[in-house]
Amino acid sequence: MNETLNKEPVTSNVATPAKKKEDTVKKVVIICSKGTLEDVYAALIMANGALADGRDAKMFFTFFGLDAITTAKADHLHTATVGNPAFMPSMPTMVGGLPGFEKFASYMMQKQMDKLDIPHVTEFIEMIDAGGGEIYACKLAADMFKLEKKDFLPEVKDIITVSDMYALADGEGSHFIFI
Amino acid sequence: MDTTTMNGQQIEVNEEGYMKDPAQWTKEWANQIAAEHEITLTDKHFEVLNWLREKQAEGVSLNIRKVGKSGIVDIKQFYALFPGGPLKVSSKIAGIPKPVSCV
Repeated sequence: MNETLNKEPVTSNVATPAKKKEDTVKKVVIICSKGTLEDVYAALIMANGALADGRDAKMFFTFFGLDAITTAKADHLHTATVGNPAFMPSMPTMVGGLPGFEKFASYMMQKQMDKLDIPHVTEFIEMIDAGGGEIYACKLAADMFKLEKKDFLPEVKDIITVSDMYALADGEGSHFIFI
Repeated sequence: MDTTTMNGQQIEVNEEGYMKDPAQWTKEWANQIAAEHEITLTDKHFEVLNWLREKQAEGVSLNIRKVGKSGIVDIKQFYALFPGGPLKVSSKIAGIPKPVSCV
């Protein structure tokens, strides 16, 4: 066996100054492909959390994720009450399909989040923008849903291609998160 | 537990350098911690710091959004005043515990 593998690194014996070692996660690029309330919130919370930590954050919304940055839809996202086994497991699926049920469940969920002081989607996006985060829409998905820049929230910086999205992650310590 | 000495006074801090007892806070502490973060404190900074200290004393769970609604700074200005994680940095300078909010 190679002895050196079991040895403590030499530096650990030296008293290190109190300064914390530098963070290696410098940037997150968060791709949000879902338009359900909980998925969009996960993306927003992670982006905002990165900024609050002093990290860089870029967001790329694609497919149904575009709903989160579409002015007419952003604050009216739903959570799925059908085909979502984690949602009230004791409730028969058919009940979840009753007219208005999904809207009601989504409303209740939003109310719960209000209590926790979690902002609505549009305000969250304003916060991310104010914190220096950048928000982009996917060109292919925007074309598919016939959406233009004017349909999106004012914080949406641009409609970009996959290639542009990869360029956002340029630099050391950059990470992708896909939702 | 760590302690750091400032002007002959022993100040208790946690392992990340946050002050344990907000009552030990002084302007010198604020200036020194700010300098470590390459920030020169202005009156505006102190307005924010005092607000944070007040709210913390009231038992408010602080987050960036609340600072943005404080009437002192908006979120953009808050990020500009305390670069590198505004609430964390400002809390450290303000001598209050590290924020625990995810929003």
